[in-house]
Amino acid sequence: MARRPAGLVDIIAAHEDEIIRQWQAELASNGSERRLSAREIETQCRSMLDAFRESAEAGQASERLHDLLAGMTRTRALQGFPISETVSFVLSLKRPLADAAIKALERQPAAALREVMAAGDLIDGLVRNVTEAFARAREEIILHQQQEISELSTPVVKLWDGILALPLIGTLDSSRTQVVMENLLQAIVDEGAQMTIIDITGVPTVDTLVAQHLLKTIAAARLMGAECIISGIRPQIAQTMVHLGVELSVVSKATLAEALGYALAQSGRAVVARRPAGG
Amino acid sequence: MSSTNVERHVIQNSDDVVRVRQAVRRAALDAGLSLVDQTKIITAASELARNTLDHGGGGEALLERLADGGRSGVRIRFEDTGPGIADIDAALRPGFTTGRGMGLGLGGARQLSNEFSIVSELGQGTRVTIARWK
Repeated sequence: MARRPAGLVDIIAAHEDEIIRQWQAELASNGSERRLSAREIETQCRSMLDAFRESAEAGQASERLHDLLAGMTRTRALQGFPISETVSFVLSLKRPLADAAIKALERQPAAALREVMAAGDLIDGLVRNVTEAFARAREEIILHQQQEISELSTPVVKLWDGILALPLIGTLDSSRTQVVMENLLQAIVDEGAQMTIIDITGVPTVDTLVAQHLLKTIAAARLMGAECIISGIRPQIAQTMVHLGVELSVVSKATLAEALGYALAQSGRAVVARRPAGG
Repeated sequence: MSSTNVERHVIQNSDDVVRVRQAVRRAALDAGLSLVDQTKIITAASELARNTLDHGGGGEALLERLADGGRSGVRIRFEDTGPGIADIDAALRPGFTTGRGMGLGLGGARQLSNEFSIVSELGQGTRVTIARWK
């Protein structure tokens, strides 16, 4: 009885070290995996080849291989690796496997071809897994960032007794303005503030909606007994507001520093140099 | 006159208004507009995009990068299929509003642009076109 030709499983078992070595060489030559140490790469290659052998035995990608690959992809995605690197990590296994199969089945080209194709099919399936796992990981990151952005608090900071500052940054949409306004009004009560400086240096566009939000915030603060000062209106924003016909009927200062000086003066304080400047 | 590169932006929610603003900012930068002119056209686009959303019930913005000989600029057309504007002259007057805004947006957008045109038909929709040249 003719001996059954060696299958993928036997080939991997017999040529493991060689495959790993060639796989690492492939990875090094196509320039991927620069961010990992040789030892890390070898560990990853070995555990994946092991799971791959198991899958070859079962004739389909095993649960362990799926999990291993998904975990690897996720970690890499979180570390900021591009998807191409993870894909090429998997694809780079094709060549060493094919070479090992050809060598092992030198006299049986048909069998060798069959094993090479079987390995290829398995690997193609794995690439699909990698892509899906990568997309999932990226969605996770995006969701996380969205939460972080929405949590980006707009803190009300105390500059002096009775003087608060509200540095606004970014787009002032209605929902965020609502949070900002509530925070500010609460801080006015907590601190017993008489002056509030709203700094809009970090607001890229002041259109009529933003102006309206500002005016409402100012009106509400006024009802709570706090006077508002607007600071940080940049020249281009000032010109645009004039063209729009928007008037903020409040004291406004070019910079936060000037606004603080004004607020201190209004509350009967002054900043005095203890000795002449430069002395 | 030749123009190249038309971008279409759907306006269905307030995030889209932000996106339109960012697209206009990019185009204005590419056209080499000064900081003041950039800010003007961005603000005008912001007003009109919000009008498209709030009064027109959503629509789209067509952003065109303009190149005419040595001149460059940005043109944006806002289109909706909303109720239309009954009295355009009144709508352009400062302080006129049918909503809860300040009533400054449409007239303000005209002030902030080099070119401004508005076509509106009751029950059909509104189309506002603005442009700013370098």
